[in-house]
Amino acid sequence: MSIILTFLAVIAAIAGWWLSRQRLLSKPWLETGLSPAGLDAPAVSQQKVGLWVFLAVVGGLFALFGSAFVMRNADADWQRLPMPPLIWVNTAVLVLSSVYLRAAVRAARRHDARDLRTHLATGGALALMFLFGQLLALRALAADGYVLALSPSSSFFYLITGLHGLHILGGLAALGLLGLRLNSGAGAARLRLGVELCATYWHFLLGVWVAALAVMLGWARSLIEICGALLS
Amino acid sequence: MVDSVHPPGTGIPPAEVADYVPPHAHGWWARYVFSQDAKYIAIQYSLTATGIGLVALVLSWLTRLQLGFPGTFDFITTEAYFQFITMHGMIMVVYLLTALFLGGFGNYLIPLMVGARDMVFPFVNMLSYWVYLLAVIVLVVSFFAPGGPTGAGWTLYPPQAILSGTPGGQSAGIILMLVSLILFIIGFTMGGLNYVVTVLQGRARGMTLMRMPLTVWGIFTATVMALLAFPALFVAAVMMLFDRALGTSFFMPTLYDLGERLSYGGGSPIAFQHLFWFFGHPEVYIVALPAFGIVSDLVATHARKNIFGYRMMVWAIVIIGALSFVVWAHHMYVSGMNPYFGFFFATTTLIIAVPTAIKVYNWVLTLWRGDIHLTLPMLFALGFIVTFVNGGLSGLFLGNVVVDVPLSDTMFVVAHFHMVMGVAPIMVIFGAIYHWYPKVTGRMLDEAMGKLHFWVTFVGAYLIFFPMHYVGLAGVPRRYPEIDAAFVPDSIGALNAFISLAAFAVGAAQMLFLFNLGWSLRRGRPSGGNPWRATTLEWQTPKTPPEHGNWGKDPPLVYRWAYDYSVPGAPQDFIAQNDPGPGAAHGGAA
Repeated sequence: MSIILTFLAVIAAIAGWWLSRQRLLSKPWLETGLSPAGLDAPAVSQQKVGLWVFLAVVGGLFALFGSAFVMRNADADWQRLPMPPLIWVNTAVLVLSSVYLRAAVRAARRHDARDLRTHLATGGALALMFLFGQLLALRALAADGYVLALSPSSSFFYLITGLHGLHILGGLAALGLLGLRLNSGAGAARLRLGVELCATYWHFLLGVWVAALAVMLGWARSLIEICGALLS
Repeated sequence: MVDSVHPPGTGIPPAEVADYVPPHAHGWWARYVFSQDAKYIAIQYSLTATGIGLVALVLSWLTRLQLGFPGTFDFITTEAYFQFITMHGMIMVVYLLTALFLGGFGNYLIPLMVGARDMVFPFVNMLSYWVYLLAVIVLVVSFFAPGGPTGAGWTLYPPQAILSGTPGGQSAGIILMLVSLILFIIGFTMGGLNYVVTVLQGRARGMTLMRMPLTVWGIFTATVMALLAFPALFVAAVMMLFDRALGTSFFMPTLYDLGERLSYGGGSPIAFQHLFWFFGHPEVYIVALPAFGIVSDLVATHARKNIFGYRMMVWAIVIIGALSFVVWAHHMYVSGMNPYFGFFFATTTLIIAVPTAIKVYNWVLTLWRGDIHLTLPMLFALGFIVTFVNGGLSGLFLGNVVVDVPLSDTMFVVAHFHMVMGVAPIMVIFGAIYHWYPKVTGRMLDEAMGKLHFWVTFVGAYLIFFPMHYVGLAGVPRRYPEIDAAFVPDSIGALNAFISLAAFAVGAAQMLFLFNLGWSLRRGRPSGGNPWRATTLEWQTPKTPPEHGNWGKDPPLVYRWAYDYSVPGAPQDFIAQNDPGPGAAHGGAA
C-alpha cells in the first residue's frame, strides 16, 4: 500500500497547505461583517477545480492499482512480462499528442481558430493512434502466449493498460464535444477553458501512463532501492 | 453545464444580478423526474435509499427469525441465511447510509447552507442519481437471478466469494453485486465532485470556511474521504470481477474445489483484504462525519446555545478524516500479519479516539447550561451521543490486538459495529429528518408519533445490541445460522430469542415513522419558514419549500458565523447568518 499512501500524503500536503490559508485559527464568533479578511472563494473557474478534484480521484485509482501490483510482484514467484517493443512507439505518440494539445491551448489563447482546429485534430488523431497501438501491443502479447489469465503479471498489464485506455477514450469524447462546439462557432473564451481542461487531462494521463510503465517495468522498485541505499 | 448567474466568490455584489432569470424546467418530466435541482435530486436519493433500506430491514428480520428461532422456518436455508446477512450489510452500509448522508443530505443542505443557488455542475449531479438508481436496480435484480444474490458476507472476501460453495459464487449473484458496486462508485464520484466543488467555489459572499455550519464541514470532509476511499473498493471489485468472469488470478491462489484443481493460481487473497479495508475503514467515518456535523447543529439549535469549541470541532473533523486512512489493517489482525504491523495499527486506531472524544466533550459542553428543548431532533441527537459513546468504548477493546484476536468474528464485533455504525448514524438520520422535514415540505412531522418512534427505536436498539455483546463474549461466532447447544450455554438461545423480539418491535416502529412521513405531508402542522428559529441560511430562504434557485432574486450575504444563539442584548434569541446586525442597512456593503 506504499504507493497509495505516498499519493495520499501528497494530497494531504496540498489540502493542508490550502487549509492553512483559510484562517482556521480565526475566531468566527467575534467577527461580524461581510468579509472579515477579504477571504472569499478564489477566482479560479469551477470547471478547473472540478477537473483537479476528478484528477485526484483518478490518480488515487491508478495509485491503488499500483499498490496492488507492488504487493504482488514482491513475491518470489513473480514472472516478469516481456514488454512488446511497440509500447515505446505508443508512449512517444502519446507524448506527441500531449504536445499538440499544449499547442492548442496556446492557439486558443491567441484566439487563433485555424491553428486551434489543426492542433486539436492532430492531438486527437495521435491519441486515437495511441489507443490503436496499445491494442496492437496487447494482441502481440497474446499472440506470444501471454494471454490475460496466464499469470498475475500479464493480468495486471492488460488491466492497467485497458483502464488507462478507457480514460483516454473518455478524454477523446470530451475532445470530440469541443470539436463540435468549435465547428458551430462557439466563443473563443468559452472554448479556451475547454481546451485548457482537455490539455490538463491529457498531460495527466500521460503522467499516469509513464508512472504505470515505471511501476510495471520495475523501475519504481529500483528507484526506491537506490534511494534506500543512499539513505542507509 | 449551466454557468451560475452569480459566480460566487468572485466578489461581484448582488446588485449586478438584477437580470437573474430563475432556472426554468420545461415540462413535468424535466421538473419532477430528470430534475437538475439539487433539492429534487436529494429527495430522489433519499427515497431510493429508504426504499432499498427497507429491503435490508426485512432481511435483518429474516436473519433474526433464524437466529432467534433456529430450525423453525423451513424457507431459511443456510444458503438463504448467508444471502440475507450479506445483502443486509452491503445495502445498509453502502446503498443506504452513504447514499442518504451524501446524496440525500449533501445535495439538499450543501447549496442551501453555503448560500448557493444550486450545485456547480447540475447536469452531472442529475447523472449521479440516475447511475445510483441503476446500481440499486442491478442489486435488486440479483435477488431474482438464478442462484440468488451473493452470500459471501458483506466483505466479499475471496477466494470463497467466487467459489461454488458460496451462494451466488458460481452463478450471477457475485457478478451483479460487483457490477452494482462499480456503478455505485461511478455515480457517487459524479455527485462527490459536485459537493466538493460547491463548497470550494460556490459559497455565498461572506461565507468563509470558518463560518460554515458543522453539517457542511462534516459532509464536505466525508465527501473528500469518499472520493479517495471508494476507488479502493472500485479496484478490488474490478479485479474480482476479472477473476470471476475472465479467469484471471488477482486474488485467487491455487486451490481445489470438490476435489478438482481449479485453473486459478498465484493470486493473493490478502491483497483484497487490504484494498477492501482501505475503503472499508474510511467508510465508517464517511458515515460518521456527516452525522457528527449534523448532530452539532441539532444540539446547538435545540439547546439555543452556540456550539462549544467550534474551531476544535472543525479541526477534529479534519484530523479524524486524515487519520482514518491509516488504520485500515485493524480489521485484519487475524489475517496473519506481522505483529509489529498490528502494533502500529492499534496505535493509530487509539489515537483517533482523541479527536473523537473532543467532539463528544464539546457536544456535552454545548448542552451544559443550555436551554435544552426536548424536541424530536434533540431527542435523537441525545440518543446519538449516548449510543456513539457506548459503541466507541467497545471499539477501544477491539482496537487492541490481544483483545481483538479472541473476539474477532464473534457477535461482539457485530454488536460493536451495529452500535457505532448502525444505530448511531441512523439516530442522526432520524433527528435530521425531523429537523429539516419542515424545510422540505413546509409542514411539521407529527410530534406524538415521533416520540413513540424515538422511544421504541432508542430503547429497542439497546435491547437488541447490549445483550448481543454478551452473546459474543460467550463465544458465539458471527455468520453462523445456528450454533449447537453443546458449545454455548442454553441461556444464549433464550437471549437470542429475546433479541429477535426486540428487533421486530424496532422494525415495526420504523413503519410508524414512514407513516408519519406520508401523513404529515398533508396533515402536518404548517411550519412556516423557520420553525426552529435557527441561524443557518437554509432557514432564511424567501419561500418554503425553497424554489429552484433557492434565493429568489438576490443570493444571501453572510455577516456572521452559524451559531449566534442567545446573544446577550439581541432582540431575538438567535441572529441569522445573513442578518447584518443592528444599525446596518440590509444589503449594504460592510
